[in-house]
Amino acid sequence: MKIHEYQAKEIIRNYGVTTPRGIACFNVDEAVAAAERLGGKVWVVKAQIHAGGRGKGGGVKVAKSIHEVRDWASRIFNMQLRTHQTGPEGQKVRRLLIEEGADIRKELYVGLVVDRGRQQVCMMASSEGGMDIEEVAAHTPSKIHKAFIDPHLGLEDGQADELADKIGIPQTSLHKARVILKALYLAFWETDATLVEINPLILTGDGNVVALDAKMNFDDNALYRHPDIVAMRDMDEEDPSEIEASKHGLSYISLDGDIGCLVNGAGLAMATMDTIKLYGGEPANFLDVGGGATTEKVTEAFKLMLRNRNLRAILVNIFGGIMKCDVIATGVVEAAKQVKLAVPLVVRMKGTNEDLGRKILSASGLPIISAENMAEAGHKVVAAAQGAR
Amino acid sequence: MSILVNKNTKVMTQGITGKTGQFHTRMCRDYAQGKSCFIAGVHPTKAGQDFEGIPIFGSVRSAKEQTGATVSVVYVPPPGAAAAIWEAVEADLDLVICITEGIPVRDMIEVRDRMRKQNRKTLLLGPNCPGAITPDEIKIGIMPGHIHRKGPIGVVSRSGTLTYEAVGQLTELGLGQSSAVGIGGDPVNGLKHIDVLKLYNEDPATEAVIMIGEIGGSDEEEAALWAKGNMKKPVVGFIAGVTAPPGKRMGHAGAIISGGKGTAAEKLAVMEECGIKVTKNPAEMGKLLKSVLR
Repeated sequence: MKIHEYQAKEIIRNYGVTTPRGIACFNVDEAVAAAERLGGKVWVVKAQIHAGGRGKGGGVKVAKSIHEVRDWASRIFNMQLRTHQTGPEGQKVRRLLIEEGADIRKELYVGLVVDRGRQQVCMMASSEGGMDIEEVAAHTPSKIHKAFIDPHLGLEDGQADELADKIGIPQTSLHKARVILKALYLAFWETDATLVEINPLILTGDGNVVALDAKMNFDDNALYRHPDIVAMRDMDEEDPSEIEASKHGLSYISLDGDIGCLVNGAGLAMATMDTIKLYGGEPANFLDVGGGATTEKVTEAFKLMLRNRNLRAILVNIFGGIMKCDVIATGVVEAAKQVKLAVPLVVRMKGTNEDLGRKILSASGLPIISAENMAEAGHKVVAAAQGAR
Repeated sequence: MSILVNKNTKVMTQGITGKTGQFHTRMCRDYAQGKSCFIAGVHPTKAGQDFEGIPIFGSVRSAKEQTGATVSVVYVPPPGAAAAIWEAVEADLDLVICITEGIPVRDMIEVRDRMRKQNRKTLLLGPNCPGAITPDEIKIGIMPGHIHRKGPIGVVSRSGTLTYEAVGQLTELGLGQSSAVGIGGDPVNGLKHIDVLKLYNEDPATEAVIMIGEIGGSDEEEAALWAKGNMKKPVVGFIAGVTAPPGKRMGHAGAIISGGKGTAAEKLAVMEECGIKVTKNPAEMGKLLKSVLR
């Protein structure tokens, strides 16, 4: 799960990380009032969307008067903000963060992730803050420093000091950096985060260490123990189809293509998408109905795929193990009746009771194209989609 | 021969009384020699009871002491699953197979850390895996037993149904399996591809191995680099997720391309460099394997 910058800052502030003073706003008047309340001479108007790259997309502006705050806030509020992470249609800005300006001496980077190989949390730090860290990693990997954290000791003083020193924090500010880095680790660990990214972490003119930006993602599997974080979820930032899918226990991700696919199991679902691509088509979605798919689940899955106006064909690929093919076939027939299927449907079924499943499909009278194996299924669905174009 | 499990393996089931535990314990007991393999269940408050004749014990340790079971399979729901794994590790079982899907990553980091620091002998398979099967002998987990045949091919994979797909293709081509092992789709797990390859390398019954990976992490690369200098048997591979966009979690918590790392293309390239024949067509995994048999 993702949250907004202002929410992430609220969390890390509670752990003792210094951030600029700021107020989250839901309209332009609130933004102006927020700037007046904050006082000072310089403010930053920041679009709050879940995607990164907001600055480059024009979603972060510095205002030097209240008049400018109103001006920028009215331009950014409600805009379709396009960044490298939003896709071409962009994301509508519904929330703003108004912050006091900061006196930036140096821009640094700090991030926390789980390192799968070492099975530990890894803190990454770099002197190259404010830039796309993936670019830094690609071009100057020597500028990224790492500390692996023992889960029972946490980030140790020595590790924090070493990282701070390597990224160019002066001796006089090392103690401040230590407090911030340790607090960031604790925030990551205790909230079951999968990502904490502070880009940039800044050194101010008076030697303070401040988190100028903050990004946090959380482990969906651990949300049950964090109701406070679940309360921060912003449905406006999520794909409506993906929200609908999660309500029905389906794992669904929208993609750009025109061939819907319904599969049991994540690995087989990915492999099915790959097969579609291999035969010259483009998958419209990832959809795993899981091991315990029922007629209702299959019906909901069809409804979800059919919401997509680009859809030209559907491929159902089921490897019936514990799940029996006749159950899936009944689900497909029921769903096809309920949703008035208007696109070609290719079904490939394998495994337990596959003959019974095929009989149910052919007896239904539905125009279902059946396939023996994945290759044939891929070939047929791509042809069907092209025919429907 | 086989790897990890065989007809002499004695198994206890942690979480035997839940719906999933009951269902799969029945299926496993009914497969091949299952009746003599599945000899105990564990539930903290139901000691003294039984599940269809399989006695239930209050702890892993007492189940081990009283039945001699040395392997456990875990169906305990996510909030208690890591503790269940640790209980099996503390009781010094040989192997714990965790089927449970949805365990928080932090819980797994803690368990794996304790296992390493205390130098525990217990091997962990999973979590979020289909389990392990040695055809015609024993099935521990949720895979459909009937698609398997005994034979010389080792199968190792991160995903469930994609493993069944590969096994199904092999069986159709007349190629049976020595064992088939699912290591699970989570980012922090126990045995990795490399560990399972090493086991197949030493197993006289295995003549060739099919390794099925997916996007995310670098397990497949590490296994491939090891195989290059050490593997005595041909290995073929497939990586799911060529079409997956970066930053999106493809069902499995571990299947995510982050920071430009863990793409299918990258994995396939490393595997090929290391002498592993790969296919981009999941329909041809079985055929590819057949083509490398001596």
